[in-house]
Amino acid sequence: MNPRRIAAAAMAAGVAAGLAACGSDDGSSDSGSGGGSSIKIGIKFDQPGLGLKEGSEYTGMDVDVAKYVAKKLGYSDDKIQWVQAPSAQRETLISTGQVKLVVATYSITDERKEKVGFAGPYFIAGQDLLVRSDDTSITGPDSLKGKKLCSVTGSTSAQNVKKKVPGVNLQEFGTYSECVAALASKGVDALTTDNTILAGYAAQDQYKGKLKVVGQPFSEERYGIGLKKGDTDLCTKVTDAVKSMISDGSWQKFVDDNLGPAGFKPGAGNPPTPDACS
Amino acid sequence: MGDILSNYDILGAFWMTIKLSVLGTVGALVLGTVLAVMRVSPVTTLRAIGTSYVNVFRNTPLTLLMVASILGMTYILGMSLSDDQQTNIFRWAVIVLSVYHAAFICEAVRSGFNTVPVGQAEAARSIGLSFGQSLTQVILPQAVRGSIAPVGSTIIALIKNSTVASVIGVSDAAGMMATIVENETGTFGVFLIFAVGFVILTLPLGMAFTAMSRRLAVRR
Repeated sequence: MNPRRIAAAAMAAGVAAGLAACGSDDGSSDSGSGGGSSIKIGIKFDQPGLGLKEGSEYTGMDVDVAKYVAKKLGYSDDKIQWVQAPSAQRETLISTGQVKLVVATYSITDERKEKVGFAGPYFIAGQDLLVRSDDTSITGPDSLKGKKLCSVTGSTSAQNVKKKVPGVNLQEFGTYSECVAALASKGVDALTTDNTILAGYAAQDQYKGKLKVVGQPFSEERYGIGLKKGDTDLCTKVTDAVKSMISDGSWQKFVDDNLGPAGFKPGAGNPPTPDACS
Repeated sequence: MGDILSNYDILGAFWMTIKLSVLGTVGALVLGTVLAVMRVSPVTTLRAIGTSYVNVFRNTPLTLLMVASILGMTYILGMSLSDDQQTNIFRWAVIVLSVYHAAFICEAVRSGFNTVPVGQAEAARSIGLSFGQSLTQVILPQAVRGSIAPVGSTIIALIKNSTVASVIGVSDAAGMMATIVENETGTFGVFLIFAVGFVILTLPLGMAFTAMSRRLAVRR
């Protein structure tokens, strides 16, 4: 154990401390009546390239999509109140009316459709693998034998890969940030989840050139905009906004701006045709 | 709610919670008692070590210790406890639970030492018992009996804190709940199932410790 390794371990502990610190939100955005003048939109706060909070700035593809849709609904950027929408709380935030829309890597599934409504999809993502740039041995789910894989506890991606590759050596963490740290320190060989999330991490400054997305998606995740179940009027408006976003070139710009730096190209089926509202 | 119970191995997940808790408790009791003895020992260095240990681990978040055990200890320092990742994280989770709760057990047992009248120690020394003898024959048995209630509270806290192990991927009750919430969305029923599960684990234990602390109390 030389001093450099111990220093590196201390840094990892620092990363963990940072993660522990960002778990809670003071919820100040939930107070007040809101009224008709502003709109509350749920996004991820910790997903680089998709929805990321840095100081008071919000960046990412989901943020750009949300701003575009809000504008079409008649709300300018300064009328948007951003609310953190962790995966487990998205349905609750919508059904209790704490947010009007959720744009947070929200895959349209039948189970979720029983609780909330969806407009979209506005993007077709797929489960993929993130590896170190110098690693040529992993080319897809078939080459994972004997490799150490990382994902998030209980996530769809983790369940999916366990089914796809029986007996896979899977390490699960609470968030993807820990997986990326483990991948960079060679603790694991690959990280698996939606290719959009992977591209977001690969495009981060500290990992640029060090990590790459394999580019062999093996699932289909249809990202939708979550809204209150049965609100057909709102759903139609949001769907129209998504359609015009795709046709006027904004969609392509949002993808290139946020995920392009990592050399990410949207997979088959993109840009998608939004479903009709029911 | 019925199909959640039949579609997911919730009992298996709680079994994992029980394994974590039992092994963690054993580790914490052994380490905590040793630390408590160190903190009351006549050797200054041992007292200082015991005090520092308690202050460091009592004031460090458990989540941080868990994540550091894998990201720091396993991946950077290479201290892997098994080639199989599931076995490795389980062993680290038990160690972290033991190490963390040992600080609380230590303080609970030390509070037990304070219930032993100082005359007991003086009497033990005056009949010629060494420090070790008076500790193991006179002081510790009374101290342990006096600290059953606070130790019980610590063990109950340990059982609930074992859910933190899901942040490094131990497939315990909390990990199972994360899976169900992901697939079926988070409904009141899901939370109820797991809340009831933990009540079943902890409530009888709490009653047992209360009864034991009464029966075993040293009558003075």
